[in-house]
Amino acid sequence: MKKGRVWKYGDDVNTDVIFPGKYTYSVLEPEEMTRHALEDLDPDFAQKVKPGDVIVAGRNFGCGSSREQAATCLKYAGVQAVIARSFARIFFRNAINQGLPVLQSGDAVDSIENGEEIEVDFASGKIKAEKGVFAFSPFPESVLGILQEGGLIPYTRKKLEGNR
Amino acid sequence: MGKTFSEKILGLKAGREVQAGDVVTVSPDYILSHDNSAAIIKEFQKLGIKNVKAPQKLVIILDHVVPASSEKYALNHKVIREFVVGQKIPNFFDVPNGICHQVFSENGFALPGKLILGADSHTTSYGAFGAFSAGIGRSEVASLWATDEIWLKVPETIKIEINGSLSPGVYAKDVILKIIGEEGADRANYKAVEFAGETVKSFSLASRLVLTNMAAEMGAKNGYCEPDEKTVQWLENRARNDFSEVVSDPDANYEAVLKYDISSLEPQVACPHTVDNVQSISEVEGTGFHQALIGTCTNGRLEDLELAAEILKGKKVHSQVRVLIIPASREEYIQALKKGIIEIFAEAGCIVLNPGCGPCLGAHQGILAPGEVALSTANRNFRGRMGSRDSEIYLASPATVAASSIEGKIADPRKFV
Ligand code: SF4
Repeated sequence: MKKGRVWKYGDDVNTDVIFPGKYTYSVLEPEEMTRHALEDLDPDFAQKVKPGDVIVAGRNFGCGSSREQAATCLKYAGVQAVIARSFARIFFRNAINQGLPVLQSGDAVDSIENGEEIEVDFASGKIKAEKGVFAFSPFPESVLGILQEGGLIPYTRKKLEGNR
Repeated sequence: MGKTFSEKILGLKAGREVQAGDVVTVSPDYILSHDNSAAIIKEFQKLGIKNVKAPQKLVIILDHVVPASSEKYALNHKVIREFVVGQKIPNFFDVPNGICHQVFSENGFALPGKLILGADSHTTSYGAFGAFSAGIGRSEVASLWATDEIWLKVPETIKIEINGSLSPGVYAKDVILKIIGEEGADRANYKAVEFAGETVKSFSLASRLVLTNMAAEMGAKNGYCEPDEKTVQWLENRARNDFSEVVSDPDANYEAVLKYDISSLEPQVACPHTVDNVQSISEVEGTGFHQALIGTCTNGRLEDLELAAEILKGKKVHSQVRVLIIPASREEYIQALKKGIIEIFAEAGCIVLNPGCGPCLGAHQGILAPGEVALSTANRNFRGRMGSRDSEIYLASPATVAASSIEGKIADPRKFV
C-alpha cells in the first residue's frame, strides 16, 4: 500500500480520449502506449504521471470502444487504481482483465480533490483521503480470482495448466 | 414471473434457470474479431497452448484499416492471415469485404437465439436479428479462443417502446439519437435494451440495426429487437445455421419501460463531443463543416445510400466541403452500383471509398486537421475520434448529411425529400 497522487477528471471519460483510435493498431509497445495515455483529455498526464498515482473520475468512466489499451495504457503508466462513480461495462471488464483495480465510490469521488495524496487499501477495501476514509464496493467473486492472478491471461494460463 | 429475452437465452446457454444479476459461465456460438485479431493473437500466444479450441466459432473480418495504410497495419494483417491458415479458421473475410458488423450479418452468422461475443463495442448490433450479442475486450477473446468459455452477468433489461409513424425526412437514426439524448450515455450501462413497439416492427432490418448498433452509445451490454417475418425473410439464403427465436415473456420483469411517440420527431443531430449531446435540427442548422461522411456500420447500408442519392441526384456538393461515401460492405456496394447510386455520388462530386471503417476511428482515409469539423452518419463523436483533438464531429442521418453536403452547412433534409 502506498500513497498516490490524484488525477481528477469529470464524467464520461471515453476510450477515445484515454487512448486515441489512431494508435490502436500501430502503437503496441508498453512504453510507447504510456506516452499516449489520456492524450486527448489531458496532455500533461503522460508526462507527469508517476507509478502509484490514482485516477479519480465521475460517471461512466471508459465509455466507448472495446479497446483494451484504454486499460492497458493506464496500467503501463503505473496507475495504481481508478476510482469512479461508475464504469462503462467493457472498460470495467478490460481493467480487471489487465489487473487494474477499478473502484466504485461516489463519496470518495465527491470528496477527493485533484492533486491530493491518497492511499488505497485493497485488503480492507478502504480509500484513505484527506477528507476521510471511504469504502469501495467489494468485487464480485467472479472477478476476484482474476485480479489476484494479475489479469485474465495469467489466470487462464494457470487454469489451462491445471487442466492438463 | 416471466423472463426477459436475456434471462432466457443466458439460461439456455448455462443450462439452468437464471435471473438478472446471476453470473453464468457460457460458451458462445460465434466470436467476432477484426484487425485487432493481431493483438489478440499476441495475448493468445501467452497462454501456453497451441490450438484454438473451437476454430469454427471464430469469425475474423478485416475492416478497420483496409487496405493497409502503413507497414505496421500491413504487418498486422499478415500476422492474422498466417494465424487463420495455421489454425484452420474457416470464417475469415479479408480486406475486400467491408465492415465487420455488416459482413457478419450478411454472411448469416447473426441469427435469432444465438450468443455472439465480439472484440468490438458495436457487437450489440446483432440484436437486430434477435441474437444476444455483446462486446468484450482482447484478453477475453484470447481466453475464449483457448477455453471456449466466459463468465457473463445476466443483465437487467430496459424496454423501449417506440410508437408512431415517422415524418418524411426523419429516420431510425433520428429516433435513436433522440433516445440517447433524453436518456444519457450511461442510462443502459451493464443493461440489456429491448426495442419494441409499432415503429420498430415497421422498420427494415437495416433500420433496426441502427438502433441496436447505437444501443452501445447508451452503455448497453446488448440491444434486441424481437425477430419477426421480416427477420426470417432477410435470413433466407443467408443463415449459416439452424436457429430458433427466443423472445421475452409478456410478464417479464423490466428495470424500466420507456415510451417514445415519434410522430412529431424532427431530424436530430448529436453535437461535439458526446453522443448524448443531441439537438433538434432547427438548433444547429447553418453550422459550417469541412468534411461529410456517409457510411460506417451505423448508416452505410443500401437503404442509407439510396436516401442520400435521392437527395444528391442531379445536384453538386458544396465547393467548400469534402464528401466521403463508404458503403458498409462489398454486397451493399455492388447493389448500389447496380442501382446507379454510385454514379449519382460521383457526379455530385463525392469521393467514393472502398467498403470498410474509413476515417470513423481516425486511422486513415480522411483525417481531420485541427479546427476542422465533420458531419458524419457514424455512431460516435468523441473528441479526436476522426483525427485532431481540436476537431469536432456532428452525427446525423444520411439524409441530413446529404442535404447538408449540398448547402455546405448543416441543413434540414425535409426541404429535399
Ligand atoms: S465503422 Fe466505425 S464504429 Fe463501426 S466498426 Fe468500424 S470503426 Fe467501429
